[in-house]
Amino acid sequence: MTTTTTTAPSTPRTTPLTRLTALGRAELTLLVRNRTAVFVALLMPAAMIMAMKSTFEKIDLKSTGLTVAGAALIGGIGTVLVQAVYMNMVAAYVARREELVLKRLRTGEVTDGEILAGTALPAGALALAQSAVIIVTGTAFFGLDAPERPELLVAGLLLGVVLLTVLAAITSVITRTVQTAQLTTLPLFLVSMMGSGLFVPLEIFPDRLATVCELLPLTGVMTLIRAGWLGTSDGTDLLGAALTGLVWTAAAVFAVQRWFRWDPRR
Amino acid sequence: MTSDDKSREYVIQTEDVRRSYAGGFEAVSGASFAVARGELFALLGTNGAGKTSTVELLEGLARPDGGTVRVLGHDPYAERTRVRPRIGVMLQEGGFPSELSVTETVRMWAGCTSGARPTGEALELVGLGHRARVRVKQLSGGERRRLDLALALLGRPEVLFLDEPTTGLDAEGRRDTWALVRRLQEDGTTVLLTTHYLEEAEALADRLAIMHRGRIVTAGTTAEVTAARPARIRFELPDGVPAARLPLELRAAADGPRIEIRTHRLQDSLTELLRWAAESDVALRALDARSASLEEAFLDIAKSAAETEEVSAA
Repeated sequence: MTTTTTTAPSTPRTTPLTRLTALGRAELTLLVRNRTAVFVALLMPAAMIMAMKSTFEKIDLKSTGLTVAGAALIGGIGTVLVQAVYMNMVAAYVARREELVLKRLRTGEVTDGEILAGTALPAGALALAQSAVIIVTGTAFFGLDAPERPELLVAGLLLGVVLLTVLAAITSVITRTVQTAQLTTLPLFLVSMMGSGLFVPLEIFPDRLATVCELLPLTGVMTLIRAGWLGTSDGTDLLGAALTGLVWTAAAVFAVQRWFRWDPRR
Repeated sequence: MTSDDKSREYVIQTEDVRRSYAGGFEAVSGASFAVARGELFALLGTNGAGKTSTVELLEGLARPDGGTVRVLGHDPYAERTRVRPRIGVMLQEGGFPSELSVTETVRMWAGCTSGARPTGEALELVGLGHRARVRVKQLSGGERRRLDLALALLGRPEVLFLDEPTTGLDAEGRRDTWALVRRLQEDGTTVLLTTHYLEEAEALADRLAIMHRGRIVTAGTTAEVTAARPARIRFELPDGVPAARLPLELRAAADGPRIEIRTHRLQDSLTELLRWAAESDVALRALDARSASLEEAFLDIAKSAAETEEVSAA
């Protein structure tokens, strides 16, 4: 042990940026060390795209204005968001909570919001990178056009990452262990796959069912992403889609502020 | 208050502070105390006495349900952005990601700590320098406590909160931590410590308070807290010497041949006992006389509290 009076250089005052970077960097290290999670996050979208492609080949897509490849790759981006962000983050929040990491972090200078955001940074970045790969692949090898409205595409992706992160935080409240996360994430996974246009385009649903599906958490985000890449929506659709996504995000943020659990139930 | 008190700066102040949990259980029922700058203040208590609940209020982790809390002149909950950069916290139970190495953990914490020490310095401080590359999951319980302490010290805090810092440490680790805490105090750090090791409080604390069932039952320096307690003389009488033969003024309590005398004037009582023994030619076996220690004060409080509980339960 050395004396405490050494005057070695020390870091200046922290800012939200330094704090988010520090948390994000640690979380990235953890993500890279979690081989299974990386493996699943990388392989699942590819597998899902193949599965979706064979489904879409059996569906008459004429009324939707989509090609088989287009529909499958949009579904792939949706899968990436649900898998890499939502399912990953539920497990991450639960793991950090049960390891008492969240509790310990809350004694420091980081704010609650920064803890949740910093923890989610690598998963969010991974999802965006995977989406970019899907878009480049689609454009280069599957005859799809480059994104028609990149700003809409980016807005949709970012909204999706934020919304699914906050939904993950809320789902962690009802998740006791990392293992049960596989169970508690299923409802949103299935509802999004079936009802938010990932596996089946909403246009081929009966009108009333389609209207309900438009209000699901991820539908608005998917509409924005589809319109951004393939340009297949009109203005009112987009406004409604953006609103749906924002309202879900606001509601989820409110729920997190109220009910998020920072330490384990004992 | 003396003039000396006026010149002192109190960096921790609580007044009639209360904290209740859902379900109505009141963990802290009106605790008031103040800690001066540079002082080491120990909070003692039985399990469930409300020590951790009180410290959490000082750390700004929860808002009190009544009373006021001030740390460095601010409300630690409402004004956490002003207080947090100047305090260091070691929880009774805190965790770190098990897959990060010790260095990676400190680096993460440093990015979240204003004026953080260099990683190596922080680890040397707690004697963990040789474990820098080891993953947290491979650390022993004691090493994990040292890592926790390193993070509490990372920002060179003015006020340090240590909630049972040596629980789980071996004797050597405890001595090392004590030495470190003393050095920090010499450098001017104010320390608030909770512990259930009474010798820890006796060794380190300038002043201490004993909590029981959410209240501060007694407070002061070790000498002040123990002064009010009686000293104790114990011995055994040889066969055939009944306790009734002991001088009446000694107020002896007999349990078979075993005798216990409680007295506020240890020297007088002991002189009288020994004179009687010499005059009566009685050999006192296992003679043991001791001034009131913190342990006795503590046990007294726990015992009298338990008796009160029995009465109220009856």
